[in-house]
Parts: sequence; C-alpha cells; structure tokens
Amino acid sequence: MAEIKRTCLYDKHVALGALISPFGGFDMPIQYSGIVPEHNAVRNDCGVFDVSHMGEVSVTGPDAEKYVNHIFTNDVTGAPNGKIFYGIMLYPNGGAVDDLLVYKRGENDFFLVINAANIDKDVDWMRQHTTGFDINLVHESEQYGEVAVQGPLAESAVEDILNIPCAELAFYTFKQLEYEGEKIIVSRTGYTGEDGFELYGSHKFINKVWDLLIDSHKVVPCGLGCRDTLRFEVGLPLYGDELSQDITPIEAGLGSFVKTEKEEFIGKDVMVKQKEEGVQRKLVGIELVDKAVPRHGYEIVADDKKIGEVTTGYHAISIDKSVALALVDVQYAKLGTPVKVHIRKKFFDAVVTKKRFYKKSYKK
Amino acid sequence: MSKVIEGLFYAESHEFVKVEGDSAFIGITDYAQNQLGNVVYVDLPEVGDEIAAGEEFGAVESVKAASDLISPISGTIEAINETLEDKPESINKDAFASWIIQVKLSDKSELSNLMDAAAYTKFIEE
Repeated sequence: MAEIKRTCLYDKHVALGALISPFGGFDMPIQYSGIVPEHNAVRNDCGVFDVSHMGEVSVTGPDAEKYVNHIFTNDVTGAPNGKIFYGIMLYPNGGAVDDLLVYKRGENDFFLVINAANIDKDVDWMRQHTTGFDINLVHESEQYGEVAVQGPLAESAVEDILNIPCAELAFYTFKQLEYEGEKIIVSRTGYTGEDGFELYGSHKFINKVWDLLIDSHKVVPCGLGCRDTLRFEVGLPLYGDELSQDITPIEAGLGSFVKTEKEEFIGKDVMVKQKEEGVQRKLVGIELVDKAVPRHGYEIVADDKKIGEVTTGYHAISIDKSVALALVDVQYAKLGTPVKVHIRKKFFDAVVTKKRFYKKSYKK
Repeated sequence: MSKVIEGLFYAESHEFVKVEGDSAFIGITDYAQNQLGNVVYVDLPEVGDEIAAGEEFGAVESVKAASDLISPISGTIEAINETLEDKPESINKDAFASWIIQVKLSDKSELSNLMDAAAYTKFIEE
C-alpha cells in the first residue's frame, strides 16, 4: 500500500477541527461542522471544498485532439478554446477506466482532470496508448491544488472575496488568467448540482484562496461527506459506485457522453452494440417508503430473487427521503416498478424512480 | 466534550443501561451520537423479542453510516421507544433521554460486566 498523501491544505483542515479520513489515497476532510449544515450551506448559500486530491494531466502537441478523441468517449473535435467536456475513458470491453473532465486550452493543448483514486492507473493507461500520436503527455498532479466554490452565492464569492472575474463564464467553460503573477484556471463546473466554480493553481495560490474565503465567514468549509450527498441527490455518478471497470457508461445512463458517431475511440465497438441492442442492467433511482437507509452493495429484490444492487444510497438531506441509485436488471428498470431493498435482516418496500432526486440549479 | 451520567451502566459499544427495578432502559450514549452525527433512522426490534448480551438488536442510522445496536444485557423487550420512529433526531438532542428499548432483565449479574460512569469517561477519553 502506497503512503497516504496530504493535500496542500491539510494543515488548514486540522486547524479547523475537521474529521479526517483516507479517500483516494489522501487524508481528506470528511466534515467540519457536520454533513447536514455543510450540505445545506451549498444548497442555500456557498461552500468551499478542497479537491486538491484530483489529478491533472496535460496533453499537448500536433496530435493532441486526435489522441484525446482516441481515449475519451466525448467528442472534442473542433471545439472552441475554453470549452470543457465530461466523458469516460474506456477499456476495450466497455468498462470504465475513469470518468474525467477535458479542458480545451488551445488548438493542440488539453488539460485532463481525473479522479484521485485512479491517478496512477489512469496515467499508466494514457501512456500505454500514446503510440502513433505526436503528443507530449505530462502528469501534473503534484504541482496543482484545486478548490471548488459551490452554491447560489458562489459567483459573488469568487468575484467579491477573491477578486477573480468569473460572472461571464458559461456553464462548462473556463478561462486562464494571471493572479499575482501566476497562471490559474477558473471554470464554471462542480459536483453538487448547484452553480459554482473550480479553481486550479499552485499550492500557494490555493492556500491564499482558501484563507480569503474562510476568513470572510461568508463561505462554509465543506468536506467530502457532503460532496457525496450533494452529487448523489442530483444523480451525478461517482467512479467506484455508479461507474467502474465492470459498469459501462451505457448501463450507468451516461450514453449522451458517449459519441458513437465519432470515427473511433477505445471501447467504441461495445458502445455501439450496447446503444443499438440495449443493455441487461440499468442504473435507476429507488425510493423507499420507510426511512431505513439503503447503502452501497445492499440487494434489490423482486419476484423473490435478487435483481440488482444499491450503488449509492442515503436518507437524502434536501428531500428528507430515503433514496438510492441502484443497478438493476433491465426488466425491472421501468419507472414505478415495485421492488424491495434488503437492509440488515428486513426487506423494505421501494419503487423505481428517476435518478435525479433533487433539481439541479445550474446557471447556464 | 461528551456528557456521561452517574448511576448508569455503560458498554464498550457505547450503549447505556439505566436500571429501574427488574427492567432496564437501553440507548446510545452522548459520545456515540456525537460520533454518528445526524441520526436519520432507528431500526427498532419488536416488543416480546428475546435478546442476549452481546447480540445485535437493531441499528441507528446517520447520514454517513449505519451503526449496529448491541445489547449489553439479556432479557425480553418490554417496550420500544416509538417516538424515535418519527423523531430519530431526538437522539442527537438528548441521547440519555432517548432510550431505545426497555428490557426485562433475565440476569442482573451481567451488569457487573459493564462500566460505571467514571470508567466510561476514561474509556472515551482514550
């Protein structure tokens, strides 16, 4: 087991009294004041997350676009500079290596943001597939820190407290700018279902931004605990739960990010087949009648047999209901299908619902 | 700093036992509710169930985790605290007032295996 890493904000989390736990190979803050108040701060006001554990990779060179299109399911062909794409890196069998964001910085210049737990695996995978492409692939996770400022008041926090102009940014776009002599990246992105921004820069920059936001007392420090409850309520997938080497993006309901009309990409054949012929399992929402909490790995039962498993479940904070995302046999995936969830020794009545339990409020 | 009340018995799995005559009220300690965070559901057993010391009899669920309830003593469940069905959060407000089950004790000598307030205070400080 590799040594557990710390982000550049680790000492600040300790000073704030955070509950710290390992996540994705890093000692990360799970909560400060508590998951519920932090969750509500992001839904109603503004919160800041240390997401410096995320990995960054630069792809530059004459074949950069062609290479990104080869390893990534979305289509970056001819995109304007400043645009961001969500998509998946696939194994040839359609299982997911990881899901990631691709930032187009220039004609031959892309910036890839990957999940902490998958950094080594992803970088190895990318390096194994550079043959024949005239590119320069650089792993840059060590030099970048990242914070996410999320919530309806995020725009004013970034503009007024940090003095970084961001109001003109559209959803899923970014810009690079100078901040005290260094180049930083600001994007209108996030993982909460609320409006918000993600900022990338040196460890020094990230520490400065963190201090300004926390010292303003207008922005609440938020841990990975509420990051998970927030993303879950709006049906955003987490690699390892909803998507994995054994769960394809079509099964996970992410087909719109898989551009099968594209000339080629790793895993395309399986994706074309699954889109045309359908899949055996589908990710659905599940709502329980009772308040018992369905959790990852719990069985979904119907007609006296196991028909699936919970991928993520919570007593959802914003809607006060016990709900789950679950991967179920496709014949039980229709909205309104009655199922049961096996929780400890009991079977709880539930019904198949949409995957979005709470409405996103992005500023488009 | 978590509250510990004199006169109660305490288990290492953070349940308290409040003895009244031949029966006992069992719940989770203030320290346990602090560790769990916001309680959203209590999985209650049924009145009449037999429980044995060291056995699981239900669970307390918070946003982040489910925590099994382990009975510190043996006996028959005489009552369950039904108010927890609608107001599980009362455990966060006052854990010692929010008993979960009332048990008719079958072996009072089991109480000597549990900690008193002083021992439990030391236990949670470690």
